Amino acid sequence: MQVLAIFIPLLAAILIPLLFRYARTIHTGWFVLIVPLLLVSYYVTFISRVMDGDTALASFNWIPSLNISFESYLDGLSLLFSLLITGIGTLVVLYSIFYLDKTKEQLHNFYIYLLMFMTAMLGVVQSDHMITLYLFWELTSISSFLLIGYWFQRDKSRFGALKSMMITVAGGLLMLGGFVLLAQMGGTYSIRGLIAQVPHFWDSQYFVLALVLILLGAFTKSAQFPFYIWLPDAMEAPTPVSAYLHSATMVKAGIYLVARFTPIFAVSEVWIWLVTGIGLLTLIWGSFFAVKQTDLKGILAFSTVSQLGLIMSLLGASAIAFHVEDAANTVFKYAAFAAIFHLINHATFKGSLFMIAGIVDHETGTRDIRKLGGLMSMMPLSFSVAFISGLSMAGLPPFNGFLSKEMFLTAMLTLKDFELFEFSTWGILLLIVAVVASIFTFVYSFYFVFKTFMGKLQVDKLPQKPHEAPIGMLIAPLILAALVMLIFFIPNVIGSVFIKPAVFAMQPFLYQDPFLSNMPSSIDITVKLWHGWTAPELWLTVCIIAIGAILFVTLTKWQKLYRLQPEKFSINALYDFVMDGIFNRGMAKLSKRIMHGSTRHYFMYMFAAISLIVIGTLFYKNAFKLSFKAAAPIELYQLILIIVLVLGTLTTLIARSRITAIVGLGAVGYTVALFFVMFNAPDLALTQLVIETISVALFLLVFYHLPRLGKVKEYTPFRFRRLVVSIGIGAMVTLLALSAHSQKLVQSINEYYKETVYTLAGGGNIVNVILVDYRGFDTLFEITVLGLAGMGIYAMIKLRLSRKEKSNESE
Amino acid sequence: MKTNDLILQFTAKIVFFIIFFFSIHIFFAGHYTPGGGFVGGLLTSSAIVLLVIAFDLKTVRTILPINYMYMTASGLILAFATAAYPIFDGKPFFTHYFDYFNLPLFGKTSLHTAALFDLGVFLVVVGVTMTIIQTIGEDE
Repeated sequence: MQVLAIFIPLLAAILIPLLFRYARTIHTGWFVLIVPLLLVSYYVTFISRVMDGDTALASFNWIPSLNISFESYLDGLSLLFSLLITGIGTLVVLYSIFYLDKTKEQLHNFYIYLLMFMTAMLGVVQSDHMITLYLFWELTSISSFLLIGYWFQRDKSRFGALKSMMITVAGGLLMLGGFVLLAQMGGTYSIRGLIAQVPHFWDSQYFVLALVLILLGAFTKSAQFPFYIWLPDAMEAPTPVSAYLHSATMVKAGIYLVARFTPIFAVSEVWIWLVTGIGLLTLIWGSFFAVKQTDLKGILAFSTVSQLGLIMSLLGASAIAFHVEDAANTVFKYAAFAAIFHLINHATFKGSLFMIAGIVDHETGTRDIRKLGGLMSMMPLSFSVAFISGLSMAGLPPFNGFLSKEMFLTAMLTLKDFELFEFSTWGILLLIVAVVASIFTFVYSFYFVFKTFMGKLQVDKLPQKPHEAPIGMLIAPLILAALVMLIFFIPNVIGSVFIKPAVFAMQPFLYQDPFLSNMPSSIDITVKLWHGWTAPELWLTVCIIAIGAILFVTLTKWQKLYRLQPEKFSINALYDFVMDGIFNRGMAKLSKRIMHGSTRHYFMYMFAAISLIVIGTLFYKNAFKLSFKAAAPIELYQLILIIVLVLGTLTTLIARSRITAIVGLGAVGYTVALFFVMFNAPDLALTQLVIETISVALFLLVFYHLPRLGKVKEYTPFRFRRLVVSIGIGAMVTLLALSAHSQKLVQSINEYYKETVYTLAGGGNIVNVILVDYRGFDTLFEITVLGLAGMGIYAMIKLRLSRKEKSNESE
Repeated sequence: MKTNDLILQFTAKIVFFIIFFFSIHIFFAGHYTPGGGFVGGLLTSSAIVLLVIAFDLKTVRTILPINYMYMTASGLILAFATAAYPIFDGKPFFTHYFDYFNLPLFGKTSLHTAALFDLGVFLVVVGVTMTIIQTIGEDE
């Protein structure tokens, strides 16, 4: 059941096209809503077990011979993510029902992709086996590609979808390399198995390489610097998708991965430096450039980038706890707690902000912040939601973002005091970065909320007359906004129910002390609303608010500074250069040079290459051996047949009319079939005969459409070259056949077939048994290729026809 | 330019059935004597091609209203399903099952899942050949 739960969305997806087609009066989303709702209530039942430090494991053997299985491993961390995926999923589906029009949109596509994504995400967070984890990981990339490109008629959607897939799939592949290395070192693909034997392989020479590779996977997925460039372009997706994938789930897969592998890699300094450093860099970079954006979703995209950086840096800091004695009692434990806490908070406030951006877009027709303003009176409910979530993002009380931001500051403050890895000298820099980034976070939060809802209303600039969104569309963001406030008032309940079990899963060694009980509840962290007047966090917050407010008020004056950054030197320009400059245009040039449209030349190239390679290899390996000892004498009738064969070939070559050539070719085919008969291969002969018949008939059918023969006049060197190539091919085949006949390195396999064909396969005809049984894989893929070829021919001819018809119409 | 090819058309009708039944025979005989799904499929399509030559594509389309793309697809699905079935039985992919049964009329007969797989091959071959011939033949 537990494993099946992962696949329930995928199974439900099969029904969607039917529901979309036959239940058109009801929005398909209502049916889809059942799935995440069921799943979230299923996962809720695990909470009490996991709170006690218990885990639930279920597995289904997939490929037993390779020890690969689908596993569902629920501990604090994966349960938290599963609840986020299904919980936010429920709200997003609810929101999408009102956002997507059931008459205008291809809803079945949308919901199939969404459900596919849900399965993929659940698989990622619950898989214990690294190969299945990788499988689901790439499935999230693929399904998000489909979701981002959902409005595939738009160029920008396709561009954004491709960009996100290129980057995340590339990262995923590198990650797979890391997994394989790790499995080689630890001897198992199970993450739990690896954690259990951590100290044994951390001095292996590949340890750091595996670490870097896996981090690359996590960084590309979680849009860390410099891989974040796909996230802003992914905003071309429908808003429910942005709210779901790009704030709550997919981008957090990287966070999950880092958290999950923390117990394995935390022993390494490289891990701490990379995760913390890249996280902080992303944090400040994202928050700084968020203020530059003018698109509502663009602002949110950059803010997501920066917030993910924040969580990432906290995860890096949490790894330090492994290096300190008695860390469970020092202040370092805060980092992991703050990371998970902020993760939950981010999902709530960013999810609702995305939904608000969608609502504004939906009701006014634009997302350009320069055209918006003064919507507060028109859309009071939306404004309240945006206000609550925005202030939470800015880190103000009484909203949940305040709490996690305070903990973030606490963690950064402690880093400063820490003396391992020279953090004592660099630590102050970390704190400065954190504070500056928080100031910009404050600015962009205010920028988003107040530029949209306050100020002067510019009705003439808006494509639509604005009004409040339908109530159904507001339910989901209202619930999230309520959570934002609720979490502020009951942080310690959330802490003991969700966060502590997750932290316990991340830092299992810290809390297995004989003095502390082996339970999540032994983590003694309480979230305080008030630190007292002397706490440095308080003064930092005051400082952030003061500077942030000044910057926000003077925003119009200094926003021009962003224009100083030339587009040419951005990372986006690099991506465009690689993708468009090298792959598109460069490759097009190269292929134009080789492929100029003449089939004859292609064949010549291919044949020349084949004969050169084969003859060359034969010489190189010294494989020629001609012996005629075993050869049978040539009978007279065989000689006659050979003469017929040669004559038929010659006729085909020199024939001036098409029909003569076809007849000549037919003669060649039938003669070859006769040879098969003579050499005891009735199966081959039969097939060859039928093929000949059909191909002659096919020729006759298309006779009228073929071009006349003999039109192509070529200058002599070309014909000479062709002669050389054809002689080369002939020589190659002859030599190959003769030397294959002359030497037998291994015993022929046919004896084995003869002996076992009846006992093992219950058949009599060896050829057929080989086809369907011994080498069934060959046949299976042959018919697949055959089917594809048929489809290809159909598509090429039919599509060309219909395009021709269209162009005729337009003329 | 319509020629009067009555004899060809009449013969084609009879020969079509002869070839078709022969192809079925070849298909079933395949496991013990020359034949099998591939040749059987080719023979069936050659029988249909004969009809096409004697009449024309449109007439044949009305006589045999088959969507050959669906035929190809169902053949592929059948082949894959036969190969995949053993997984659910805990056996490796592509394990074949066979046994001997006493059937009325046939006597002792061997039934083999390979025949199902071969049927898939048969369907794909007929489907693809006819798709190609139809699309190329129709391309005016």
